[in-house]
Amino acid sequence: MSYSLDFGWLEGAVGAIARGAAMTVLLIVVTTIAGTLISVLAAAGRRSGPKWLQRAITVYVEVIRNTPFLVQLFFIFFGLPSLGIRLDPIVAAILAMTLNMAAYTTEIVGAGLDAVPKGQREAAAALGLRPRQVFVKIVLPQALKVIFPALTSQIVIMMLESSVVSQIAVSELTYEADMLQARTFRPFETYFVVAMIYLGLSVVLRRLLVGVGRRTLSAGVS
Amino acid sequence: MIEFTFWDILRNLMFATRWTVLLSIAAFVGGGIVGVIILFLRISKAKWARRFASGYIALFQGTPLLMQLFLMFFGLPMLGFRIEPWTAAVLGLTFFASAYLAEIWRSGVDALPRGQWDAGASLGLHYIQELRLIILPQAFAITRAPVVGFLVQLIKATALTSIIGFEELLRTSNAINNATFEPFTVYGLVALIFFVLCYPLTQYARSLEARAAAR
Repeated sequence: MSYSLDFGWLEGAVGAIARGAAMTVLLIVVTTIAGTLISVLAAAGRRSGPKWLQRAITVYVEVIRNTPFLVQLFFIFFGLPSLGIRLDPIVAAILAMTLNMAAYTTEIVGAGLDAVPKGQREAAAALGLRPRQVFVKIVLPQALKVIFPALTSQIVIMMLESSVVSQIAVSELTYEADMLQARTFRPFETYFVVAMIYLGLSVVLRRLLVGVGRRTLSAGVS
Repeated sequence: MIEFTFWDILRNLMFATRWTVLLSIAAFVGGGIVGVIILFLRISKAKWARRFASGYIALFQGTPLLMQLFLMFFGLPMLGFRIEPWTAAVLGLTFFASAYLAEIWRSGVDALPRGQWDAGASLGLHYIQELRLIILPQAFAITRAPVVGFLVQLIKATALTSIIGFEELLRTSNAINNATFEPFTVYGLVALIFFVLCYPLTQYARSLEARAAAR
């Protein structure tokens, strides 16, 4: 074997890698917040909304879950302008990621809502809480507690999947790696280092979510 | 500029779909074979083997598939292999699939009652026989729904191989789009084709799940 690995370029690349990682983190934070909110609404709508809404949510979930994220991203970024909707790459990436994640988490949140015993709702109603209060204060916290592990996994999966938004030139971690390897001619080393950074990010993200979840969800709920 | 009618676009996409399907099958079969090996290591009695398998699974589940494909594509030539997009795509997806399948099957092995192992041992079976005759058939049977679910994930994952230059459905559609400037139609059709491939499998996984829950 004549090839020898060379990581000499790394020193000058720390800034670019850090910027890319920061963008990846920003994307996943925005997506997590927006995606979770949408999925709570969608899961609730699918259970108690009007018939047409239930059907629309089902179609949305099935379409997203049965097509590749990269195709969804291209459709939004390249396809929507022909309808007159022109999006900035970052906005398109966040939109695609949010729509994708919300479809998966709608199913997850839905399963959580179904897992809350009916007696909880009845007890809350008997105490004179309004339907919205019953949902927000009684049902939702218990549902979130049940689904937290699944939700955490989905967020980590989405973070890893966000690497493909480099394809529409969003300057996140993978995009910076593409640029770096074009400059250093060290593609293997570059992608290896960046893959390890993703691995670190996914470990940290999981720890962080589990920690936050334990603190906030177990406090108010029995 | 060449004129493309709607049917030209559709026909070209249908031709490219073969490669998506073929790649999915190759990666699923390859991933199944490597996955069984990883599963053996994961449930082995030797600590180093279990550690290695957990590390392998954590590595492939904790890094983006796109990075794995890039590392295949750029890494294998360094080991002296002549690499083409097809080889990198099949190998990359095979390793990716093996990690997920091994983990799914391990959950199946873990779900079996301890008594199954004891019963096998009391019949005088040795370890490999126990696995082959008692444990694995049951573990495979109870994990059929998640395995079909993963196949859907794998089919969708083949779209990423377009980035390393494998001529599957999405890469063909990029080329068609560059010629026709009709991204809405082209990517809409691509999404539809993927949906037609995946949706029946999703429904099948669901029915398996429902059947397992009813038992």
